[in-house]
Amino acid sequence: MIGQLAAVVVGFIALGIIGILAARLAVGRILVYGGCLVLCAMLVSGGIAALGGGGIERLILPVGIPWVGGHLRLDALSGFFLGLIGLGGGGASLFALGYGRTEQHPGRVLPFFPVFLAGMVLVVLADDAFLFLFGWELMSLSSWALVMAHQDHDPDPAGPQPGYVYLLMATFSGLTLLLAFGLLAGADGGLSFDAMRLHGAGPGIAAGAFLLALIGAGSKAGLVPLHVWLPLAHPAAPSHVSALMSGVMTKVAIYGFIRIVFDLLGPQDWWTATLVLAVGGITAVLGVLQAVLERDLKRLLAYSTVENIGIIFVGLGMALAFRLNHFPAGAALAMTAALFHALNHTLFKSLLFFGAGSVLNATGERDLETMGGLIHRMPLTAFFFLAACMAVSALPPLNGFASEWLTFQAILLRPQLPQWGVKLMFPVDGALLALAAALAAACFVRAFGTGFLGRPRSAAAAQAKEVDVWSVAAMGGFAALCLLAGIVPGAVIDGLAPVVQALVGARMPVQLADPWLTIAPIAASRSSYNGMLVFGFITLSMLVTIGVVHRLSRGVRRGPAWDCGFPQAAPDTQYSATSFQQPIRRVFGVIFAVRDTVDMPDPGDMRPATIVQRRRDPVWDPVYAPIAGLVGWTADRLNVLQFLTIRSYLGFVFAALVVLLLTLAIWP
Amino acid sequence: MTGSLLGTLHALFAQGVQMTLILLLAPLLTGFVRKVKARLQRRRGPSLIQPYRDLRRLAAKEAVIAENASWLFRVAPYFIFAATWVAAALIPTFAANLMFSWSGDLIAITALLGSARFALALAGMDIGTAFGGIGASREVMIASLAEPAMLMIVFSVALIAGSTQLSTIAGFMLTGAAGIRVSLALALVALLVVAIAENGRVPVDNPATHLELTMVHEAMVLEYSGRHLAMIEWAASLKLMLYVSMIACIFLPVGLAGDTDSPAGNAVGIGSWLVKMAVLGLALGVAETAVAKMRVFRVPNYLGAGLMLGLLGVLLLFVSQGM
Repeated sequence: MIGQLAAVVVGFIALGIIGILAARLAVGRILVYGGCLVLCAMLVSGGIAALGGGGIERLILPVGIPWVGGHLRLDALSGFFLGLIGLGGGGASLFALGYGRTEQHPGRVLPFFPVFLAGMVLVVLADDAFLFLFGWELMSLSSWALVMAHQDHDPDPAGPQPGYVYLLMATFSGLTLLLAFGLLAGADGGLSFDAMRLHGAGPGIAAGAFLLALIGAGSKAGLVPLHVWLPLAHPAAPSHVSALMSGVMTKVAIYGFIRIVFDLLGPQDWWTATLVLAVGGITAVLGVLQAVLERDLKRLLAYSTVENIGIIFVGLGMALAFRLNHFPAGAALAMTAALFHALNHTLFKSLLFFGAGSVLNATGERDLETMGGLIHRMPLTAFFFLAACMAVSALPPLNGFASEWLTFQAILLRPQLPQWGVKLMFPVDGALLALAAALAAACFVRAFGTGFLGRPRSAAAAQAKEVDVWSVAAMGGFAALCLLAGIVPGAVIDGLAPVVQALVGARMPVQLADPWLTIAPIAASRSSYNGMLVFGFITLSMLVTIGVVHRLSRGVRRGPAWDCGFPQAAPDTQYSATSFQQPIRRVFGVIFAVRDTVDMPDPGDMRPATIVQRRRDPVWDPVYAPIAGLVGWTADRLNVLQFLTIRSYLGFVFAALVVLLLTLAIWP
Repeated sequence: MTGSLLGTLHALFAQGVQMTLILLLAPLLTGFVRKVKARLQRRRGPSLIQPYRDLRRLAAKEAVIAENASWLFRVAPYFIFAATWVAAALIPTFAANLMFSWSGDLIAITALLGSARFALALAGMDIGTAFGGIGASREVMIASLAEPAMLMIVFSVALIAGSTQLSTIAGFMLTGAAGIRVSLALALVALLVVAIAENGRVPVDNPATHLELTMVHEAMVLEYSGRHLAMIEWAASLKLMLYVSMIACIFLPVGLAGDTDSPAGNAVGIGSWLVKMAVLGLALGVAETAVAKMRVFRVPNYLGAGLMLGLLGVLLLFVSQGM
């Protein structure tokens, strides 16, 4: 099986080459995306086989560092994440079969898309630090190229350059992971993961490696305060790539974190769990708050990704806390919740980006204020987007609720943890996640309500057309999967059992044994949920009610809108996305230091009234802006060095030589 | 075999009775609260069964919907009604451990109400009028604080009772093992705060108002008429019934029948439930008459207090077992 998966990586690279050669031809698009679809299907089947088999397969390739070679390994954990890559990649390829038709510069997209997938698969399969980092950088660089593909259509050219910021942060994350592996490898430098497992780092080294892994993987996943690149870079790429970056690449980063922290590193100190819990909770709330305030649909989705990454990290933090306190049942529940949410996020976030891409294709707009009424023009897209909105808002009976419910159940275990830091983080995270879930619902009511409902706010929105059959098929398939994972969560939980068993040494009780397919994490008397029954009851009572009421009623007549007797014809009188977020902005504005300046002319004055809304990014301004300023300042000071005479340069070289020799002499 | 089949049928019957009763009695509670308020204001007020007459009249009427309404506008009322009804069916009103009581816990009930609200807010935005938008916008602002507060209450109660299943919680409360706890008192106060906000009662919203600038719920449903409005009104009554029954079930589980009880036990359960509804309905009427409605932008403070009380209760429970 693993040989087949290695062949898939080679296949992706080959497709990349085809992409270079055939970029200008229509057949190139079909070859590349169709090929990716087939290879992704192989990934999914391989991943499921690895989950079911439970064994570990290894393969040593003759490429890589001399005398070490390239180690590949397939176990349950990599199998699950391979399945995620296959699922998200397959969906994106299917969507792109139609969506890619409108791409103006296919040569900028086609070669990199398969290579991006190859990089992610390589990260997940790698069993030594070199291949892991090679795959990681391949993934970063190819996705950077994809982010740059639409650089000339940047909606905010005055703001930070998405490609530049992304490249900086990707380099930073690769560098920290490199250092983390350096610490793990120790002085003998065993680069294979097996050697690292045996090596067993000391407490100081382990703490350093943990921090570096959290920073490196966390910056790729989008943890606050390292998330700033994500809402810039993810939306800038073509939409199927945005879906892949948000839905899949962040999961590969989570895989990296899990692999290093739960597998390679031994048991950690309690502060690690506290740190992960704190960062996760803050990430969830800050991400969703910025999503609520965002007008650009794709950036809104990217901020929502930040929120969901926070939720996943809360689950991982709880698993860490339970594991170090020897409570395997709790660790299994928390880990299952985190992985389940990772799967769900891949499903609904890909679907949301597909929807945003369809809207972008149909109207040419990403700004919510120029949309409206799309439910009439694009009924299928609207329906599937609505399903994803409900899933991401954690509403039953869809899948987002099932995994958040599991997360809440893990919080409610209230173990008697001896450490105060961890103990207090549990209820605080519970409150933060509850707040995030409610705000997510508000955010997606706003996104769907202003984007798809109401009346068109622009001519482009009024003339939008439903997208092609490939895109609709991709969206429909993912919506069906969202529903399926929501109504039979037990199947997902049981499927995850081998992964969880390998990571924390225990698994959740078997769920599919229940005749009604109810899920009960600990015991049915304690808590249980049945998505299928809830879905069935809602459907049944809806049908019965409709049947009864339609018998009584005298039918429906269409008329002009009532609007309290004064219907306004202009679509501008509708509530806009900005006005919709105003109450929430007022309540939570203190976090963003919001300031509204109203300029209201006197009566008789003919100039227009204006309102200027300002908000401060709570991370960019206090953290990144000073760093950028410092770098610029230093560069300015060092600038003089570029305009010296040849004598001074020779003097510098001589001085450097003397200093080095002195150091060598003094060094013990 | 016959015995187990009979047992299943019996359980199914009890669940059916619960679902039907809560559905049919919900408008009565609404009518009762209106009557209490009218009497306190020295009016005679409409008859107790006026809400039923309203529902019948609305259901029979022709529904007029706006020209640009989408399918969502027409489906939403039924979805809201169904989701609220399913949530209400999960509450042990007169008997605990009903047949399907384990298909959802308190978190699921909260989330089901969230689904209904999601649909309602979207329906408010469908026509593209300013009033629909203002109602939806305010509703989600209120929900963004009320829902976490509700979850904090769920956490408090669940940590004390060791379960999020309402039947188990009610059974635990019946044993008296909970005793008198600070966190439980905080949860009760927070639950009252949330219940008032969620049902759009005074002082958060006024169910009787039609003054556009202050309304929340009414603004969202402004475009509805006929059978669609009937569904939404009924769902609103059901939601009130649900919250009152939930408060009764957690904090006053006296008289609740178990799953093995005889018809007499169930009759006692129904009787005590009706008495509890009457008492709580009376209290709601008195409270609504005694206070004035607050400005919309005071509501976050009010709900924030509820959220903080709930969080405080949970923190106390994490810090100490006995609080």
